[in-house]
Amino acid sequence: MAVALDTPVLPPTVHQDTVDLLRFSTAGSVDDGKSTLIGRLLYETKSIFEDQLAAVERASRQQGADYLNLALLTDGLRAEREQGITIDVAYRYFATPKRKFIIADTPGHVQYTRNMVTGASTSELALILVDVRNGVVEQTRRHALLSSLLGVPRLVVALNKMDLVGWSRDAFEQVRGDFERFAAGLNTHEITYIPLSALNGDNVVEPSANMPWYDGPTLLRYLEDVPAGARESTTGFRFPVQWVVRPLSHSHHDYRGYAGQVAEGTVQEGDEVLVLPARVTTRVTNIDTFDGPLDSAHAPLSVTIRVADHLDVSRGDMLCSPDQPPQSSQQLEAVLTWLSPDQLRLNAPYNLQHTTRRARAVVSELSRLDINSLDADAGVNTLRLNEIGRVSLRVTQPLFFDSYRASRATGSFILIDPATNNTVAAGIIQ
Amino acid sequence: MRETAAQFERPVLLFSGGKDSAVLLRLAEKAFRPGKFPFPVMHIDTGHNFPEALEFRDRRMAELGEQLIVASVQESIDKGRAFEEPGVAASRNRLQTVTLLDAIKEHGFDAAIGGARRDEEKARAKERIFSFRDEFGQWDPKNQRPELWNLYNGSIRKGEHVRVFPLSNWTELDVWAYVAQEDLELPSIYYAHRRMVFERSGMLMSTSPFLPLQPGEIPFEAEVRYRTVGDMTCTAAVRSAASTVEEVLAEVAAFRIGERGATRVDDKFSDAAMEDRKKEGYF
Repeated sequence: MAVALDTPVLPPTVHQDTVDLLRFSTAGSVDDGKSTLIGRLLYETKSIFEDQLAAVERASRQQGADYLNLALLTDGLRAEREQGITIDVAYRYFATPKRKFIIADTPGHVQYTRNMVTGASTSELALILVDVRNGVVEQTRRHALLSSLLGVPRLVVALNKMDLVGWSRDAFEQVRGDFERFAAGLNTHEITYIPLSALNGDNVVEPSANMPWYDGPTLLRYLEDVPAGARESTTGFRFPVQWVVRPLSHSHHDYRGYAGQVAEGTVQEGDEVLVLPARVTTRVTNIDTFDGPLDSAHAPLSVTIRVADHLDVSRGDMLCSPDQPPQSSQQLEAVLTWLSPDQLRLNAPYNLQHTTRRARAVVSELSRLDINSLDADAGVNTLRLNEIGRVSLRVTQPLFFDSYRASRATGSFILIDPATNNTVAAGIIQ
Repeated sequence: MRETAAQFERPVLLFSGGKDSAVLLRLAEKAFRPGKFPFPVMHIDTGHNFPEALEFRDRRMAELGEQLIVASVQESIDKGRAFEEPGVAASRNRLQTVTLLDAIKEHGFDAAIGGARRDEEKARAKERIFSFRDEFGQWDPKNQRPELWNLYNGSIRKGEHVRVFPLSNWTELDVWAYVAQEDLELPSIYYAHRRMVFERSGMLMSTSPFLPLQPGEIPFEAEVRYRTVGDMTCTAAVRSAASTVEEVLAEVAAFRIGERGATRVDDKFSDAAMEDRKKEGYF
């Protein structure tokens, strides 16, 4: 069996026939009870070890809480426990007999919003927590917009703290109405609303006796039943070359293989492939793995491909279908989320990382998106931390890309500030 | 792993002798064969190893035909770079940080691949896959680079390095499932065996010259196995009769206590013990 080797390596599933994997991110404002909800999910699915639970009980008593403070399960850093907030993305794992889950728990605190983008970029679903007493606030809108921009196909809006509004259906319906009006402009396939109380567990795993008016699924039931996994590829074959395998040994004297992860589509032995940027066509002679040869490989497998002709192919080049090639251009239209306290410098050089390719790039044009109205404001010349903009970029060498809507793998990039080496922006190609 | 090899001048793969390291070596084979590994393998030797782990290391490295570097904590102590901890709870676990950082500097490594997993501990849950370390080897959890999609930013200045954790999203159960799937060999102490142990702070410690008995501690023979393999002075055994990988898988699926909670003396100091060690440059 071939295993995806690109980091992060996909964990093998224990019972291949019964268990699949759902990756989701959680987001909410400060004090919406997100960590409590995750603690509740872990606790109720028996994914918490007894020693961890004992530590939480001890710490809850120390803080003088009269209930089990489940947020202490996830807030792992000292500063988080002191301030009672989540600072950084924490990855949590739990499983039910139906499915395995990876949660990217992202902070709601405004200064750490960039971490939310990190969590959402690999998620298939976003769980957004709303304190039903406060309704839809700026953070809620920002998280929903970011999830939508990052191509997360499904949103679950969990209306938390229903216990504090007397389990009122009116309160639930009012917030739902507000969110629906805002979400009309979002590019999200499916939005589900669930009223719950993370603190008491209502509608988390077990249906709530306090809200007989709600006949939808509990949160866990929904997470178990929602479709997950790789979607159909709409582009042709895409294979960014990550590494060239050349053993230079006696036993493999002439071996030259191109290693990487299939980003989109499928390739078969004997297929014609187009090599970019050389723009020559060649034929796939072998698809190799450590466990032996394959007849074909599809996304997201990591394989090593050998071709018929002796070509000069290196890291950053791409093998693709000749009849469905990606776009190739030095000019990009993209949406940027700014992740750094150092603001965007127009027309200044950044390093752009796209698939396995690096190039220099400058932002030449810019308009900022208002996160409440989604309107563009062209009268700006920079982006600050947590701001989102529509930009034009010029790149020093051609990139081979698809729109982000067609492919997360070939439609995304990051910008790196050459002065600090920090990742300063997440880019989505239009 | 290929991303690490491609983005850095001089990476190294850290090998502890444990099950996560065994998985890393297999992944490196999958990534680079039929070529050689584009990096050496390095073991930080505390001098307090389980003999089974050393024997496993040497046999596996001979099979692979790859380069092994051994960096010794004893040498760091002899050179006056590190100091033995006093007292009953003394362990060389924390001293490994000095040896590791010295070795990284000496060899000019700019990336170190390790087997740490996010499910092990709360502070590790916040670790990036490409995790930046400053020139002092320190981790700043509040100022980590955002990590998006599968784009990993390995840009650093001279003297800085990156820790790479390919198994970040694996759980203990995933590791054992992979050991079974790949039929990986592990040090024998991962499976049930009879051993002389004694009880300390509720944990079963192996009798050894490195761990003098305290008054009231009485050694006895028990059937045990190890869930993690580290320094003998801080790694405890668990009672178990699981002697095959299938039996271990069944046992792990039923565990109600975390792997480090059950077996690591060093994590019991405080709730933030791991975070503090990581900031200093621990794995």
